[in-house]
This record gives sequence, C-alpha cells and structure tokens, in this order.
Amino acid sequence: MSARDLASPSRRRFLQQGAGLTVAFSLGPLLRGSAIAEEPARLPGSLQTNRMLSGWLRIDPEGTVTAFTGKVELGQGILTALAQIVADELDVAPARVKMISGDTSRTPNEGVTSGSLSIENGGTALRFACAEARAILLDAASAKLGAPAADLRVEDGTIAGPGGARATYWDLTSEAMLKREATAKVKPKPASAHKVIGKSMPRRDIPAKVTGGVAYVQDLRLPGMLFGRVVRPPAPRARLTAADVPAVRAMPGVVAVVRDGSFLGVAAEREEQAIAASRALRKSARWEQAGDLPPSGAALFEHLRRAPSRDDVVSEKSETASPAVKTLQATYTRPFQAHASIGPSCAVAQWQDGKLRVWTHSQGVFPLRGALAKALKVPEPDIVAMHREGSGCYGHNGADDVALDAALVARAVAGRPVKLQWMREDEFGWEPYGSAMVVDLRAGLDEKGNVVEWHHEVFSHAHSTRPGESEGVNLLAAWYLEDKMAPGPARNIPQPNGGGDRNAIPLYVFPKQRVVNHLLPQMPVRVSALRTLGAYANVFALESFMDELAAAAGADPVEFRLRHLTDPRARAVIEAVASKSGWRGRAGEAGNGKRGRGIGFAQYKNKAAYVAVVAEVEVDRASGEIRVLGAHAAADAGLAVNPDGFANQIEGGVIQAASWTLREAIAFDQDHILTKSWADYRILRMTEVPAVEVTLIDRPEEKPLGVGEASLGPAAGAIANAVANATGRRIRDLPFTSERVKVALG
Amino acid sequence: MAVTLIVNGQRRTVRASPDTPLLYVLRNDLELNGAKFGCGLAQCGACTVVVDGRAVRSCTTPISSVSGKKITTIEGLGTEAKPHALQKAFMEEQAAQCGYCIAGMIMSAKALLDQNPHPSEPEIRRALAGNLCRCGTHNRIVRAVQRAAKESV
Repeated sequence: MSARDLASPSRRRFLQQGAGLTVAFSLGPLLRGSAIAEEPARLPGSLQTNRMLSGWLRIDPEGTVTAFTGKVELGQGILTALAQIVADELDVAPARVKMISGDTSRTPNEGVTSGSLSIENGGTALRFACAEARAILLDAASAKLGAPAADLRVEDGTIAGPGGARATYWDLTSEAMLKREATAKVKPKPASAHKVIGKSMPRRDIPAKVTGGVAYVQDLRLPGMLFGRVVRPPAPRARLTAADVPAVRAMPGVVAVVRDGSFLGVAAEREEQAIAASRALRKSARWEQAGDLPPSGAALFEHLRRAPSRDDVVSEKSETASPAVKTLQATYTRPFQAHASIGPSCAVAQWQDGKLRVWTHSQGVFPLRGALAKALKVPEPDIVAMHREGSGCYGHNGADDVALDAALVARAVAGRPVKLQWMREDEFGWEPYGSAMVVDLRAGLDEKGNVVEWHHEVFSHAHSTRPGESEGVNLLAAWYLEDKMAPGPARNIPQPNGGGDRNAIPLYVFPKQRVVNHLLPQMPVRVSALRTLGAYANVFALESFMDELAAAAGADPVEFRLRHLTDPRARAVIEAVASKSGWRGRAGEAGNGKRGRGIGFAQYKNKAAYVAVVAEVEVDRASGEIRVLGAHAAADAGLAVNPDGFANQIEGGVIQAASWTLREAIAFDQDHILTKSWADYRILRMTEVPAVEVTLIDRPEEKPLGVGEASLGPAAGAIANAVANATGRRIRDLPFTSERVKVALG
Repeated sequence: MAVTLIVNGQRRTVRASPDTPLLYVLRNDLELNGAKFGCGLAQCGACTVVVDGRAVRSCTTPISSVSGKKITTIEGLGTEAKPHALQKAFMEEQAAQCGYCIAGMIMSAKALLDQNPHPSEPEIRRALAGNLCRCGTHNRIVRAVQRAAKESV
C-alpha cells in the first residue's frame, strides 16, 4: 500500500472503526505520520517490498498463527527458524505457528531464497511484523479489559491483565486487524527476552522425511496425473533435425509426445512408460551439432584468461606504506563444478482453462512465474507457482528449468497434471554449473614481513543466470523452442555482494590493494549460482596465498592472519578455532610429509557470518590420495536463531567443500558434456568425509547473519593449506585429484 | 500383467510389466514415498529398500525378481507417532538437511543392524558408503545409527 492509499477516505474510515479506534491509542500517531510522508518510510528486511502486515501474518480464531514467507525450505531449516521468530515475537508456543511459504497466490514476494539472506531479510520482516501485530493485539486487549497495554502480560496467546482479567489473541482477532501497512515502529524483543529464538528447536520438516511422509514435490500425486520425461539434445547448441514422433506416440501408455523446435518431451500413464518412451524418442532423434565448447584441461584456463571480458576495478586502495622488499605471485584455478543434487529436478504442472498451476522446488517462485509467463506467452496472473521441497539444490540447479519442461508437456494433455522429473544424465548434463575461474594474486611484503600491496584479479563467467531477468528468459527449454528465446544477458552481481568477485576483496587490512573482476560474457558452458558463487574459489585462492606469504615472511599462519585483521569478530573466530584445535604455532604445526594442518578464514561476502576452519589432512604419497581427517570450525553469525540448525549448515558446508576441493570437476570435450552419472562425478562418501567439530560464537545482541554458505571457502582454504603443510608442495589447481597430487609431489 | 508383492507385511497385487523397476511400483502404485528416484543406475542409494533382509536398490530391481519376497520400505518401520528406533534416532540427532537421501540411508542402516546389531563406526560407514549424501550430513547420520544401535539393546 502506498502513502496515498493510507490517506484515502476509505482508509480513514477504517481507522475510525472498531479495532481501528484502539489502534489509534498507541499506533495511531505513527500511522498518521507515515500517511503524511511523501515517500513511504524505509522498512526493515523484506517488509520494505511487502508492506502489509496481513501479507505476513494471520491470527486464526481457532488458536493458530499462520505466517507467510516468500523464503522457502531447501533443507536448510529456514521454516523452523522463521517459526521460532514468530513464536517469540508474538508470545505463542511454536506448535501454534503454521508456515506458508513460496506461493505466488498467497505469500509475500521475497525474490529468491539465496545468498544466505533468509534470516536477515525474511526473518527481520517477520520479527518486525510480529512485534507490531503483538502491539495491535495488546491495544485491542487493553480496550476490552480496560487496562493500559503496559500492564498486560502475554503467554501463549493469552493476555492477562490486572485482577485476573483475560483475553486471547484468538478472541480478539479480526480480519481487518492486520490489514494495514507496517510501520516498524514497534521494536522486536531484545535477546534477553527470547525464549525460543536461540534454542535448538527440532526441525519441523524432519519427521516426515524419516518416516516416508509427503515431503517433496516428487511425492505429490494428483488425480489423473501423468508422468513426463524430456529428451535433451546431445550437446548444448545441437539442433533437432528429425524424430520419430508417431512411433513413440504408439508406445504403451504414451499419451503425448511434444516436439517444439528442438524441445522433445513425453507424457505417459506410468513413469516407466514415460522413461521407455523418452529413450525411444532419444534413439530416433537426429541432431545437428555445434561443437563449440571451450578447450578442456589446462587449456581452459588460458582460454578464460584470453576470452573477451568486461573489466571492473571493484576495490582500490593506495595508502602510504613501507616499500615492498619481496613480491610473490600465484595463479589459482577452479573448474566447472556441479550442484549435483541427489534427487534430479522435478515439477508438477497442470493447465486448466488456459491457466497454469505449477508445483516446484524453485528457490524463487515469483521470478520463476515471470519467466514461465514469457516462455509460455501467457499473462503472469494466469500462472500460480507453489513451492514444494525438492532434493537439496545448493543454488540454481535444474529446479526452474524442469518447471517449464513440465508446463510444456502438460499443455499437450488437456487438463491432466504431469509430474516430470529429470533423469540423472539430464541433471548432470544440463544444470547450470558453478563457473570455472582463474584467480591471479600478487602481493608485496615489507621488511617486517607485513603485506603492503595486494592485487587480486579474477576471470569468470557470470555467477547468476537465474530466471527473473528483465531481458531474455533464463529457462533452458525456452532456448530450444521453434520460437526460441534468448537467455538473459550475462551480468556480474555488483559489490557489496559480488558474483565472480564475491569475497575477492580481502577483509585483511592492506595499505595498497587493487581487485579486478573480469566478467566473461560469452558462456558456451551453461553457468549460474552454485553455493557461494565466486567466494569459494576466491577464498581458496586468497587463503592459500596468505599461507604462501606467511611462509615467505617466516610467520605462523594464524599469527600472520591476526596481524592483518582489525575486525574483532574476525579475530575472535580465528582465535577460537586456533584454541579449540590446539594450534601449536609455526614450528609445532610443521607437516611430516604425510600429515599436516592448515587454517582458512573468511567472512562470507564480507558482511555475513564469520568462519574460520582448521583442517587436518593425510596424504598417501604413493597413490596421491588425500584424506581430510578432521576439521574444526568456529563461526559467528551474530544472533543464532536455531544453534543446531546453524551447526548443521556449517558442518555440511565443510564436508561439501571438502568434496569440491578434493574431487569435483565437470568433464567435457569440444562437443559434449561428458559427466553423466555419479561414476563420472565422484563426491565424497560416508567412508571419506572428515569429522567436523563446530564452535559457535553466539552474539545474541547482534543481528543474525547469513550462515548457509559461510563455511565452504574457509574449509577449502584450510584443506589447501593443510596439504601444502603436509607435503611442502603447494597445489593451486582445483580439485586436488590423486593425479595432480602425484605430479606435485614429483 | 499382475505381479504380487509382499510389502511391509501386506500382499499387494499390481498391474505392471514384470521388468518394471520396483521403485516405480512402490512410489506410484503403492503410493509409498520413502524410496526416492536418484539415479536409476544403482549408484546413489536413494531408492534403497530391504528385500529378505538385504539392502537393495529398487531402481534397478525388476518386480519379477522380488515377487513373493519380503520387501520392507521405510513406511514399514514406524510412523511419526510411533517411530522405529532408527527413525527416532535420526530425529533426535537432526540427521537430515534436505533429507532426500535419508530414507535410503535408514534402510541401509536397517539391513546392517539386523545383521550386526552393534556395529563399529567403520562398519557403519562401510555399510552406508553406497548411499550418497550431498548436504554433508554424513556424521550426523552415523551418530544416529550408533544411537539407534545403542537404544535397541
């Protein structure tokens, strides 16, 4: 609602009626204040873009609270944490709180659930919305009970006044009560008043997941539902020249075969029939191939360095400093890496009367709806996109693409819903990868061994090509239709978040520095957001180089980092991890040729959680195999809403980063992506993952900081430094495969 | 054609081609959600069920090969209200992030504990090495299996 609406006659009438009168008691002046303002007041978190309280919250007469959030559950536990926030701010038991998330017909539009921002943006909005709703309810109770709001106490939705007078939220609530714009003038509770926030609450999604309940979009069953599959081209820009549609249409159970340009899909009564049909269709298809993938292996990185680029100086500093007496430079690389979700992407789509409903595990149902509208050429209001959980995504995987696939196939089957899941090779072959990257570092040390100059240059494709761009359509199938659409333009996410340059600006304090981002807009290999975007490779490089510099300066890596850091919270996580891991200083930590330890540190995006990791590795010199034996992580995310959920994210991030760092690279040749199955992409297994100890530094009075992506860069740095420490040889190219280790060891 | 299966102690007759992978019959005909499609290649373990006491990849197991055998899925272990020791332990350890692999993990663990009620940690890790997890929940999963083993003494 705009300021003008607030001043409208109907709005004034509302304020003069019923609950409105009691509101005027404490909030009235504030509301009138905002009504006069020309510009709507800046509101905290996602309230800024979703300003109505009723958009966030409903107090139900049956004794429940329904909270609406645009953020979605990805296995990170966000709905549990948000329910904790709602419970605490409203003073109700968590069990009363129902969460509705990611539904274009019902919830606020909070964009994409990404960037470790859900607590910061979505949680902040709910905190303020609930605090204000509580004040409104207290005002209503005050009028009813004839006692000043300040004398009222709330426990689990029951309001008690002096002399035993009582009212409940459930009696007081009315539909009109929260139909107003938030003011954010009611302060959320201080940490000292939290009862649920800060406690490790069991995740609400876990019981169904361990008992075979309905938990995922894959588990959705609708009456008359068909099963769909797609046939993707053999190479990224291959063009379909022939396919035997009639023969496949005649196969058992097949209801539709869709051919539109180079897009092929099938729908069948049974899932195995859809799979059989898609295989037959693939066999019958003939394609013209482009053969336009970049060189692979070491040549890829030379290619990235020479490809046309858009160059930005993202940080430059030139303060007086003592002269450099020693200069080091090094280049680090990272290959294309996959999200590699365990469950291939899936969606359910149903068309009725020209309108589409789609159930999706997209990270952003609103941007997806916009992109679907463009691709399918239907008005946006005719599409409802509803989030259902999928397998963990770790960024932009095939979730959005499969929603368009399902919609295209469902359009051919007249009203029947279609559940379409990708096959394993679809996921590995077509998900957008995390971009390959080259990071060039150069630094100068003065005679005291301090860094006085720092140069960081990063070469990378875009790190976000999600749906929702204003130009183009970032949905895979749209690029292959007869009336084909172009993807959105390549762009780098600007600082302070950064894309390719995420975490390229060091948190260490150096008197002279220059950080340059080279965005390579031509993207023959499809890329988009993989957990941390560029931060993983930038932190790997930066933290490796800090150890190289510490060695050149004859310094202990922990002490060397501390001497270049002024931020007390950054120092605190490093000191905590050093202490918890029993870090023994430079001499004490000398590797023995086989075993060694290393440290890595970053504050994610230089503005989210702080994490330091000490990892211990063992290198088998004969086979070249590296084993990460264990890792200690210390993390500070300000107010930790759900400490166990926070720990789970840190642990998971360390293990995922260990897998990326030791094993993972997408393989391709000039024509094809060669990675098709888990046999080609060997992630760490149960017998191979490190033990992870997490120390949380809780700062309940600080604002909550994003944690979901914060441990991956520091873990990569710690592992790289541990390997160098163990062996005396520095490996700068990811991943640290056994072949590479053997070469490094000579 | 009709194939009769014994699933979670019940005889169920389904009309499907005998070469149909058990996974699709469990998920689509019997509407059991636990076993998941992960790869269709017996590489990831998300579809694991127990057949006559052994952990089996249902995505590559034709129904004709398990007709008359005792098939147990995670739904046959317990419910949210009355969970099996393994399910309870996974909840207590909060041993899931996205959870897509978890039903398969629990069924591999079930087959292990039935054979070896007191496995060592390396034995647990080896028994679950064919089940992939991408969220990095491995250590919590191991702790949950250890807890279940301890509690079912």
